[in-house]
Amino acid sequence: MTALVLLDHEEGRIRKSALSAVTAAAQLGDVHVLVAGDAAVAQAAAAISGVSKVLHAADAQYAHELAEPLAALIVSLAGGYDQIIAAAGAVGKNVLPRAAALLDVQPIPEVVRIVDAETFVRPIYAGNALATVRSSDAKKVLTVRGSAFDAAPAEGGSAPVEAVAPAANPNVSEFVAVHLSESERPELESARVVVSGGRGLQSEEKFHILEPLADKLGAAIGASRAAVDSGFVPNEFQVGQTGKIVAPELYLAFGISGAIQHLAGMKDSRVIVAVNKDPEAPIFQVADYGIEGDLFEVVPALTAALS
Amino acid sequence: MKIVVPVKRVVDYNIKPRVKADGSGVETAGVKMSMNPFDEIAVEEAVRLKEKGVATEVVVVSIGVQQAQDTLRTAMAMGADRAILVLSEESPEPLAVAKVLKAISEKEQPGLFILGKQAIDDDMNATGQMLAGLLGWGQGTFAGKVEVTDGRVLVTREIDGGTEDVSLALPAVVTADLRLNEPRYASLPNIMKARKKPLETLKAEDLGVDMARRLTVVSVAEPEQRKAGVKVGSVGELVEKLRNEAKVI
Repeated sequence: MTALVLLDHEEGRIRKSALSAVTAAAQLGDVHVLVAGDAAVAQAAAAISGVSKVLHAADAQYAHELAEPLAALIVSLAGGYDQIIAAAGAVGKNVLPRAAALLDVQPIPEVVRIVDAETFVRPIYAGNALATVRSSDAKKVLTVRGSAFDAAPAEGGSAPVEAVAPAANPNVSEFVAVHLSESERPELESARVVVSGGRGLQSEEKFHILEPLADKLGAAIGASRAAVDSGFVPNEFQVGQTGKIVAPELYLAFGISGAIQHLAGMKDSRVIVAVNKDPEAPIFQVADYGIEGDLFEVVPALTAALS
Repeated sequence: MKIVVPVKRVVDYNIKPRVKADGSGVETAGVKMSMNPFDEIAVEEAVRLKEKGVATEVVVVSIGVQQAQDTLRTAMAMGADRAILVLSEESPEPLAVAKVLKAISEKEQPGLFILGKQAIDDDMNATGQMLAGLLGWGQGTFAGKVEVTDGRVLVTREIDGGTEDVSLALPAVVTADLRLNEPRYASLPNIMKARKKPLETLKAEDLGVDMARRLTVVSVAEPEQRKAGVKVGSVGELVEKLRNEAKVI
């Protein structure tokens, strides 16, 4: 069996979650990866351990990973593959269901465990239940949750790169612009430590109190939906069912109550620390260590204690 | 331009779902159901586009059991003009739903579909993309902003690390993200008025769509529970535990 992995990338770099998708695919059989756009990314993809072939579609229409041309490309290549896989990030979630519909297949999103070639485990109801599903489709189309599979080593492989012809562009969409947030910190989804703030941070200005602590720990900064909706931080910081799903070694939650939708995004973290004034906050039910107290006292004290 | 908004009846987002003892699924009998929160945002956006004069009519569609008509009445109380209920089993798969919506599209000829980005029960995040694929239309998924001008729709999409603007030819499919808008509450007079708005009932079979499931649920289980943690009295104690017990710093 051979799986085709759509390898998504950003600014010339392969996303770490895409390397996790390679690991998932390797559990099913031989792994080919598809790189649309950037030639340097295709070269880098050839070095990923466990990849046996790189398909490179160089055409300019793939530069911005738009769903319509990219799904058409996947469909044109699908004939030779038993599985089509991508990381469950913004690109995979956008493109794969469209390709699946064109292949008349029901996709299986956010897979966290592969039981066998037909059977997969995925969270439902914001992670409050785990469903094991068996697909009767001849071809499986799945997105996999990055935090549930180790990233494949980016080096050690030497796969051939093969150019593939572009597919007919449906020409119904155009890329206009992208606005990325600048950040020197580690990527939220792959950070070893995440320092997260909620409504308890009170304002955009006060949210900065988390930065020295994050710097000390080499951590990414996250936020609850309440903090994002209150305008303390931009929405790509959001951890939760509708934001990023993270599973770091250490997750520190400050002023976060622990709504179901937030817990869905972080409860697979190895160690969870919660600091909250409210002793009844649900976050304490999942925290390994909790401090009942004022975060505006705890955060500076913790930052100082780590110096 | 007509806008069609598909809405789904799901277990209310405030309810903590309980897995059935036999592992066959999640308990829905006797549980409070409401409109999927992302669909409320989709309805709100469609109604706003009508209020701006961009849309002429807003039609809401739900696919599922008879009780989904309550969800459709709610959407009409928010400002949708009429509703279509397509009767089928509870919670059909996105592929089947997308095929039903394609059939509705052929009947209604909308200029725009607005869907929620995902349903909070099956967490699939697929129906909008699949519908766009089946229709061959452009898709503006995870929309944080929607602007219709000159036969095109400009969609600001929420992506990893920021936002992206795409321009789509109409007709098109848009899926709503949380930040697209703040849905309105239906007022009592509007709830009363919504009772008189037209609601057409169809059967999935009559639309020629095969509703057979492609995914069989083998089992549904509770996720592994985290073991109870401890509350510590001081920052010093916390640092000590993180260093020596958890060994994460």
